[in-house]
Amino acid sequence: MKSELISRKYLIPPELSDRVFKIITAIAAFVVIALMVAFFVQLVWYSMPSIRQFGFKFIISTEWDPVKNVFGALPSIVGTLITTSIAVAIAVPISFIAAMFLVESAPPCIQIPVSYALDLLAAIPSIIFGMWGLFVFVPFMQDYIQPFLAETLHLKSLPVFGDVYNGFGFLTAGLILALMILPFICAVMRDVFKMVPAVLKESAFGAGATSWEVSMGITMKYGARGMLGAVFLGLGRAVGETMAVLFIIGNSQNLSYSLFSGGTTIAATLANNFAEADGIFMSSLFELGLILLAMSFCIQIVGQLWLNRVSRKMGER
Amino acid sequence: MKRRGIALRKTVDFVVKLLSIFFVTITIALMGWIIYIVIGKGVDALSWTFFIEPTAPYGVPDGGIANAVLGTVLITLGAAVIGVPTGILGGIYLSEFGSKSRFGDFIRFAANVMMGMPSIIVGLFVYAMLVYTTKHFSGVAGSVALAIIMFPVVLRTTEDMLSMVPNSLRESALALGMPRWKSIFYIIFRSAKDGLITGVLLAIARVSGETAPLLFTALWSDDWPTHFFTEPTANLTVTISEYATNSPFDVMHARAWSAALLITVIILVLNISCRLLFGKKRHG
Amino acid sequence: MIDSRTDKVKISVRKLNFHYGNHQALFNNNLDIIANKVTAVIGPSGCGKSTHLRAYNRIFELYNDQRATGTISIDGTNILDKSVNVLELRRKIGMIFQKPTPFPMSVFDNVAYGLKLHFKVKRHELQERVEQALRGASLWEEVKDKLKKSGMALSGGQQQRLCIARAIAAKPEILLMDEPTSAIDPVGTLKVEELINELKQQFTIVIVTHNMQQAARISDNTAFFYEGVIIEYDETEKIFTNPKEKQTENYITGRFG
Repeated sequence: MKSELISRKYLIPPELSDRVFKIITAIAAFVVIALMVAFFVQLVWYSMPSIRQFGFKFIISTEWDPVKNVFGALPSIVGTLITTSIAVAIAVPISFIAAMFLVESAPPCIQIPVSYALDLLAAIPSIIFGMWGLFVFVPFMQDYIQPFLAETLHLKSLPVFGDVYNGFGFLTAGLILALMILPFICAVMRDVFKMVPAVLKESAFGAGATSWEVSMGITMKYGARGMLGAVFLGLGRAVGETMAVLFIIGNSQNLSYSLFSGGTTIAATLANNFAEADGIFMSSLFELGLILLAMSFCIQIVGQLWLNRVSRKMGER
Repeated sequence: MKRRGIALRKTVDFVVKLLSIFFVTITIALMGWIIYIVIGKGVDALSWTFFIEPTAPYGVPDGGIANAVLGTVLITLGAAVIGVPTGILGGIYLSEFGSKSRFGDFIRFAANVMMGMPSIIVGLFVYAMLVYTTKHFSGVAGSVALAIIMFPVVLRTTEDMLSMVPNSLRESALALGMPRWKSIFYIIFRSAKDGLITGVLLAIARVSGETAPLLFTALWSDDWPTHFFTEPTANLTVTISEYATNSPFDVMHARAWSAALLITVIILVLNISCRLLFGKKRHG
Repeated sequence: MIDSRTDKVKISVRKLNFHYGNHQALFNNNLDIIANKVTAVIGPSGCGKSTHLRAYNRIFELYNDQRATGTISIDGTNILDKSVNVLELRRKIGMIFQKPTPFPMSVFDNVAYGLKLHFKVKRHELQERVEQALRGASLWEEVKDKLKKSGMALSGGQQQRLCIARAIAAKPEILLMDEPTSAIDPVGTLKVEELINELKQQFTIVIVTHNMQQAARISDNTAFFYEGVIIEYDETEKIFTNPKEKQTENYITGRFG
């Protein structure tokens, strides 16, 4: 009788197997942190020659000469900032009102298929956006949008536009990025709109507010943390996107202020030059990668910390 | 006190509604445009040989895409073999052992950060780790890069899915005298199965369309992927990129479109079938 | 006896039917709400009393599958008519919900919200109006030092009075209260009840409650609902001491519900 109480089913006693199991899972989880550290260590290591040679000047220099082996990161950094800003500035407000429409006013027969379509749009690989951009959207920009902006809206006198229309450049890349990140931002925004408690909405409507006023006054405040999260999500995706930008940005290492002119981003510079790079050239590319890593790391950290901080605050009340 | 004009407020509301409909329409139209172009240009070069012959070198008019398809399958499978088990184990740790601990919070934080890492940086990292050190590009390096992208996604999905399983189920499994690991694999996984499969398949679908990390790792090739561990390995996405941009030949552009159609169809079918089969993904 | 010839009728409900999809929740409700009185609506849970109230400001229209038919005349206008301006209607009718619903903003902004929706107010005037509304809701003394604090940091009872202040800031004529004290503690409840007593000087108040003592304490007239039908409507005293209908008697003596 007594022996039956001791389980004979397990070769290894459950306490031991459980402990081993827990350790295995903990190691697997720890891989995330190991990877994160390894990213920095690797990239810093391979950037060292470039950091030693160019120092801080690397970040502020616009010179890019593979023949003389002199490199500067400024055009890439500026290009990244410009395209990302355009993308976020366009995608965030559109996502906001689109989410508002989908959650608050659209009948189910529109809401469900549109939400579905947006989810699928998010799944399309970036290379497809890149190809479509190169073969279809660039000519479209050249023939219609750029002349429209410059001439019909008389913006060509502004230095940020200009009157050279070749379709490539910051604006086109920014627009395609905006289209790419929109479904991601919109998905989060939709969640934010759905998160607002019905009683809160009812009492705002009960006070005689329109749905726009409820969105601006109540949802925006209640869901501020989620919405900022959405912005960071979009920023993070846009800042490192490669294939959608690569073919469209124009690949020029000259710094220009016109949104119609070609430029480059960090990711595009990397993808374009890596094949033929060597020695200090390659090290410079690694340093560019390190800068991009640092940028997106900061975006993610700030985003995450912000989300955690505000969610703690919401928990308190 | 002066009243605010109700007509004006209603007009603003109405205009915003119109704007939102306008932008939703534009977005969906652009998406439709992309898909229309991919299909329209993609069907041209589709043929039987396209699917069974390997890619041809520049200037050679014939050739298909078969080696690239096989390569993409191999690279993605390799990534899944590396990334999925690790991700699931890590997710188990977060949900079952470390849900309230500091270490767990830190892992979760790091995983969220890693999910936002640009894929090109992952490519650069794996290049430094596996290509530069071994002196050759390889398919397996591509697999590792994609696995690194997949890993945090699978980890977080697993955690989310497992933490949706009610605690009573855990308790009753343990009350039967099962060891913890057994209760997780046999009872809790069964209950979270749909979500887990969806999460893993979507992660696989996502990485199978990645291009940037493969530029630095698997590169591309006109050969069949016979030297997966030591040589550049053909794959769909980098082939598309090469054909579309580095080639002046129309016939290659056409092939790039066909390959683009193929990868888009694969990914969309994976996505749609996941949602139809396990269709609990929220909408609205 | 409630005599609609001698008392001034503020809201006149005729043949109100209400549907949630295919489910009918209200059946031919007829009711005359008297101006500047407190009218209590009582009945077992699920009997339609909240539904009835939610028809008055058409808040049910937020949901696609809900619809009301019949007439609800406020000062002679049928507000169920499509041509009625809902925004203005909702300004005229303040609504207080079961759970306090302070908006995620400061105490001051909460009260100013309703006001700023409907009025163009200058800064100093806003200050004045907010104070007035807070005094009106007997909350001023308690919150005058924490106007900048989040409305969500107040106690439950204070939050509910904040919502009342927010409602009366927009200068309504009618206040609808949907079980306003069911989610707050006894002290808070007492204060809200005292407040209701004061407010009826200026407003017509309709209050849904499941607490019969509360109905007896604060209301002038009482309507008893059962399964979507108004069984009896009379002066509160009569309902509680000498109900005409058997069902009413059973309910108030606690035999069901």
